[in-house]
Amino acid sequence: MISGNTRAVVLLGAQRFDPTLADAVAELGVEGSIAAITAGWQEREEEDDELHDHLGGRTVNLRLHARAEEVFKNDPDLHAAHRERQAILRHRQDFYRIRLEHALEAQHVIASRAAPKDILRDEARASIQAIRDIDRMHLERCVRDHKAFEERWRPTERPAVADQIAEIAEIVKGCDAIAIAGGHVASLLNRLRMFDIAKLAAGKVVFAWCGGAMAVSERVVLFHHSPPQGPGAAEVLDEGLALVGDVVCLPQPEFRLRLDDRERISVLARRFAPATCLALPARSRVTWLKRGPKNPSGILALRDDGTHTKFEVSGAGGIGS
Amino acid sequence: MKRSMKPASASMRAAPKSAIQALIDSKPDGAKVDRFLEGRAIPIVEGPAVTFVWRGEANGVSLRHWIFGLESGSSLTRIPNTDLWHLTLDIPHGSRVEYKFEIHRADRSEWIEDPRNPNRARDPFGANSVLQGEGYAVPDWVRPDPTARPGLLEPFGFHSKAFGGMRSGHIYLPARFRKSRLYPLLVVHDGKDYLNFAAMKTVLDNLIERLEIPDMIVAFTDSPDRIREYPNTEQHARFLTEELLPDLTQRLPIIDRPQSRCLMGASFGAVAAFSTAYRYPGVWGRLLLQSGSFAFTDIGKTNRRGPLFDKVVEFVNQVRANPMAVSERVFMSCGVYESLIYENRSLVPLLDSTGMQVKFVEARDGHNWENWRDRLREGLSWLFPGPLMFIYE
Repeated sequence: MISGNTRAVVLLGAQRFDPTLADAVAELGVEGSIAAITAGWQEREEEDDELHDHLGGRTVNLRLHARAEEVFKNDPDLHAAHRERQAILRHRQDFYRIRLEHALEAQHVIASRAAPKDILRDEARASIQAIRDIDRMHLERCVRDHKAFEERWRPTERPAVADQIAEIAEIVKGCDAIAIAGGHVASLLNRLRMFDIAKLAAGKVVFAWCGGAMAVSERVVLFHHSPPQGPGAAEVLDEGLALVGDVVCLPQPEFRLRLDDRERISVLARRFAPATCLALPARSRVTWLKRGPKNPSGILALRDDGTHTKFEVSGAGGIGS
Repeated sequence: MKRSMKPASASMRAAPKSAIQALIDSKPDGAKVDRFLEGRAIPIVEGPAVTFVWRGEANGVSLRHWIFGLESGSSLTRIPNTDLWHLTLDIPHGSRVEYKFEIHRADRSEWIEDPRNPNRARDPFGANSVLQGEGYAVPDWVRPDPTARPGLLEPFGFHSKAFGGMRSGHIYLPARFRKSRLYPLLVVHDGKDYLNFAAMKTVLDNLIERLEIPDMIVAFTDSPDRIREYPNTEQHARFLTEELLPDLTQRLPIIDRPQSRCLMGASFGAVAAFSTAYRYPGVWGRLLLQSGSFAFTDIGKTNRRGPLFDKVVEFVNQVRANPMAVSERVFMSCGVYESLIYENRSLVPLLDSTGMQVKFVEARDGHNWENWRDRLREGLSWLFPGPLMFIYE
């Protein structure tokens, strides 16, 4: 399902080397200008020539990263408060990670034990539930911290932010679609929130890939099965914009996921159920309409048993995998 | 199920003959030895069997290595009617061993590098030949990568009140350094040696480029008298914590919280890092301790390592008597071929019991700079995970 008043949300795999965005844009019949968000590229935000050319010169970059820098420059109080909130969120993430790693370790140890099948099944369920509880508690704390920040500082009502939102709204008004690139997903999400992009996306088609796809989903999950520091634990970062519900977006599975590691895939799938974990390899895409997903191509759905399968849509437009 | 009636030994295949044994069996002359050596990688690695060879006239040849637990000075045997000397040892998978040959002649003996082995490791005392055992490969991230943007190394000088004199070193600034951003700080003991013998600037450039560690500021410090200053001296801890840290924090955009400050060092440098953190609990939130010289005694105060270690023993005994959480995360590494492996292994559960998060990594290597180089990726990325988990392009 999609929330808000977006016309459609298209989730795509990586666009860096073999872009398919233009095909998706054509398929949706978008002919007008496209507002581009490349804030995830941070300081390189405006190095968007390739994207601009790929979409036939129709993009207008919203410069959310640069605008946020201007906001911070013009409103030092908000900047200080923002930094303080980020520090709080970093602490939250650190402590959450400590709890999570222990819970995942316990799950692994229990899964490796020999015991009667029904006991193992029951204990496996309990292990996953413990992990889900930690995820949920972390997410609730993040939401609480955001809420406290919003209530105290009312950022969208402050002139430095409100002026930027008005400018952005004017640009978006003249566009048929919004294209959200990946990059640093926390930084991107932060800018999307600051300028209330979810609201501005009403009536538009949203194209989002990699970190962009993660940011527009309900819940942003950071993941990498083999980072240099040792076995990587997928961790919930925060709520996303929730333009698309019921899915967890996992881009770049080619080098981030061990799809043949059934135990880890199974944990991922069960941990976030009933949402479906979708691996989005390069060249994959799916369009989300009000009634559900349509025309998925190349997307993999992770299954509870640790396998993965081609993501397909059932006749009613619901998710079937 | 049918059972084989053959005895186990009969069903086992005979081990293939080693290259050196085949040569010996052929009763070689000089020409055969020439052909044997031509184009052959030396030492000869055949699975776990490693054959060291040296060719020349001598009264005797010994292998000198620094593997604790394996006798050093083992003699090579001369193949009759030739000038080829050989010694085969079982070397476990993934090992990296530094060695030299000791050549004995009538009036003298000399230690030399293996002239037929191009692999060398440099250190402050010169260079050693390196055996790269089966399964060991020099990590790709220690080699210069032309696509990695290079950071900047700037010398710095500093008048220390604690020491009553000048201290110098180098500051590393990441390639995309901006004054408006805030960075974690890593302070390295024996900075010049880490730069010269552990390729640390290249490693930083590469790991930052690969997003495996964040952009960071690194202070490479040096001591004019490390043997005296590094084993738990008050002046050294004061210099780092009350002088260098505030100075750098004032001059550079450094994140002002313990989690973003790390002390690291190897050998006595690890003792210096840990003892500084112990004297200033809560200031240094990250520690990277490589092959720490953490000598201690269970009874009495005399350690077998001699008087140089007396202050270390005193310190580690104190830690053992009064363990406390002085940092948040501690990464420790040690080679299993070092005599210090016992002390390092002993320290891990103790530190762990304090509530600090401790990660300990062992490697089949010795007490040397390339061992410390090879562990940098795992250590730095565990202490300071880079934005890899955050960037999806």
